[in-house]
Amino acid sequence: MRTKTVTFRHKWLPYALIAPQIVITLIFFIWPASQALYQSVLRQDAFGLRTDFVGMANFVRLFADDNYINSFVTTISFSAMVAGFSMGIALIMAIMADRVIRRAMVYRTLLIWPYAVAPAVAGVLWWFLFNPTIGIAAYALDGLGYDWNHYRDGGDAMTLIVVASTWRQVSYNFLFFLAGLQAIPRSLTEAAAIDGAGPVKRFVTIQLPLLSPTVFFLIVVNVVYAFFETFGVVHATTSGGPGQATNILVYKVWRDAFEGLNLGSSAAQSVILMVLVIALTAIQFRYIERKVEY
Amino acid sequence: MKRRHTLTAITGALTLIGSAATAQTEIQLWHGLGGALGEKVGEIAEGFNASQDDYTVVPTYKGTYTENMTAAIAAFRAGEQPHVVQVFEVGTATMMAAEGAIRRVQGVMEQADIDWNNDAYLPAVKSYYTTTDGDMLSLPFNSSTPVMWYNRDLLDAAGVEDVPQTWDEMFAAADKLQENGHDCAFSFGWQSWVMIENYLAWHDQPIGTQQNGFAGLDTELVFDESEDLTTLLQRIADSQENGTFEYGGRRGDSLPLFTTGECAMWMNSSAYYAGISEQADFEFGQAMLPLNSDVADAPQNSIIGGATLWVLEGHDEAEYQGVAEFFNYLSSPEVQADWHQSTGYVPITTAAYELSQEQGFYEESPGTDTAIKQLSLNEPTENSRGLRFGNYVQVRDVINEELEGVWSGNKTAEEALAAAAERGNALLRDFEAANN
Repeated sequence: MRTKTVTFRHKWLPYALIAPQIVITLIFFIWPASQALYQSVLRQDAFGLRTDFVGMANFVRLFADDNYINSFVTTISFSAMVAGFSMGIALIMAIMADRVIRRAMVYRTLLIWPYAVAPAVAGVLWWFLFNPTIGIAAYALDGLGYDWNHYRDGGDAMTLIVVASTWRQVSYNFLFFLAGLQAIPRSLTEAAAIDGAGPVKRFVTIQLPLLSPTVFFLIVVNVVYAFFETFGVVHATTSGGPGQATNILVYKVWRDAFEGLNLGSSAAQSVILMVLVIALTAIQFRYIERKVEY
Repeated sequence: MKRRHTLTAITGALTLIGSAATAQTEIQLWHGLGGALGEKVGEIAEGFNASQDDYTVVPTYKGTYTENMTAAIAAFRAGEQPHVVQVFEVGTATMMAAEGAIRRVQGVMEQADIDWNNDAYLPAVKSYYTTTDGDMLSLPFNSSTPVMWYNRDLLDAAGVEDVPQTWDEMFAAADKLQENGHDCAFSFGWQSWVMIENYLAWHDQPIGTQQNGFAGLDTELVFDESEDLTTLLQRIADSQENGTFEYGGRRGDSLPLFTTGECAMWMNSSAYYAGISEQADFEFGQAMLPLNSDVADAPQNSIIGGATLWVLEGHDEAEYQGVAEFFNYLSSPEVQADWHQSTGYVPITTAAYELSQEQGFYEESPGTDTAIKQLSLNEPTENSRGLRFGNYVQVRDVINEELEGVWSGNKTAEEALAAAAERGNALLRDFEAANN
């Protein structure tokens, strides 16, 4: 291994160059994260007038709480569905867009649009479409003989947040898949075609293996998205209900802190989420940076 | 610490510049009323500012009740709190436990140089916000109570002449509606408040021990022990079978069920008056909540919801005189009567109620006095003057979740109420531990 070394003429220059990044990291990550760590071992009333050190009690209670375990399971199945559907749909669309020759820009632009919509706005949009009383989608389902009510039925509620979260993420995944497909040299697929491989065979044996770094990258990104960025969708549509059917971890953190004013427990939950995201990032660096073998 | 001093110095300098220009003391009021209600709050503040020269009340909309309360608490922790913050009724226990952060309204008013008596407030409103020894903690501002909204056109079409007054009559009316081809008879919103807290108060039964939490933090929820409540909730859940009852979500989410004419009756806050008038294109009215005639011959009284104004510590003594004068203005019959008539909130003083009567408001819009009549039916008992439980915002979420289990058929009413009480009690113990 040989490493390239760059020598700066002034000693302070490299520090000055990375200073803004360091400052931003300190203010927006290290400081709040350390506050969360500190808060997670305390029990405090809302106003901060009485503070007790309780050690690991907040964590112990979380893992003894069926509702928290339940929220974990809900989050995992929700994330799996969002990542699976949004990547699957995006891949199909990317393959089709890749084959389009005329007006390709128009299709691509339209497919990318939903990504520009903020999660909360997407949530409100779907809330209107699926409102059991006034929603047009609910009305259509009723016409098909399905009594849609996501206020009462946990399955309906989960479907709603999965659809709303997936819809937006499809655009993002589409961009990456399309770029990945276009990076595959045409000569490879053309050669395979001359050898008599049909479109399906070509996709399975050539394009998919070559896409695997993109797929792996997107799995990590989508899981992080489903874990953390779907708060707006849940907040605008189901508020975690009915029952605890859609109470995903990140929503529970917010609710326990900002509605329940239980800062200790909420901080402990964010510490757990922080560990999770660090683990995901580590996986991403370890495998993606080394590239997937093919 | 150094940084904080610099900040204080800067804000101090800014305040000086501000006060030099106006020569008036500013009173900050943070509230959680958006839209038309928020504009009305602005109007009240302007009225007060115009009525005297010493103080300027500056109202600021900070989001929902929950967001507003959280903002004020965060501001307090940073030493930047407003003078007055509006807090919804279920936040009462949290606020009152924060001794050192809040100043009792009783004290503020008595110290100030004005004539004030807390007997002027309606008993059902006052009792919710006073200590057991009669001190008023926060100033009642916008209070409402659940009533039963009904669709006159639908009831007429089904031949239901009298608006149901008991639960048996409710189900009888539902049968008639169904004979006439109309499925959904009733729905409700804010289910914990309407179907548990108010149901129990209406029938003079306890929600929790220790006088519903008024007498101490070691209170326990006992709503699961009411057999008639359990039976009624089960009966409602079973009536979904033929569509008599339809669940439409938490808080006010079920409003469209009523305003689109899908359900003939809807139980929720009297403060939906403005919203329903705007959206409903049928004849509607409000009536008292139905009585369960198996357990009581007559209703006790309903309890309020809504919000009050809390005074926070940490400002100059002189500024509290301004707070007191603003509160006095706010409670005057003219201001209160106007607020009541335009919003559907109940008038919080007896004088404002009488003034509205004199002005002929209730003849003009019949039924608008239902809420206040419900509240003042009887002198409130220990069971019906309200509730004061810690962590109650979360407890209500628990109740929502468990009741949703009943509506979806996953749990019986008995199982759900027992689970809600158990989970709720755990939250009450947390609160007790954090505040002892």
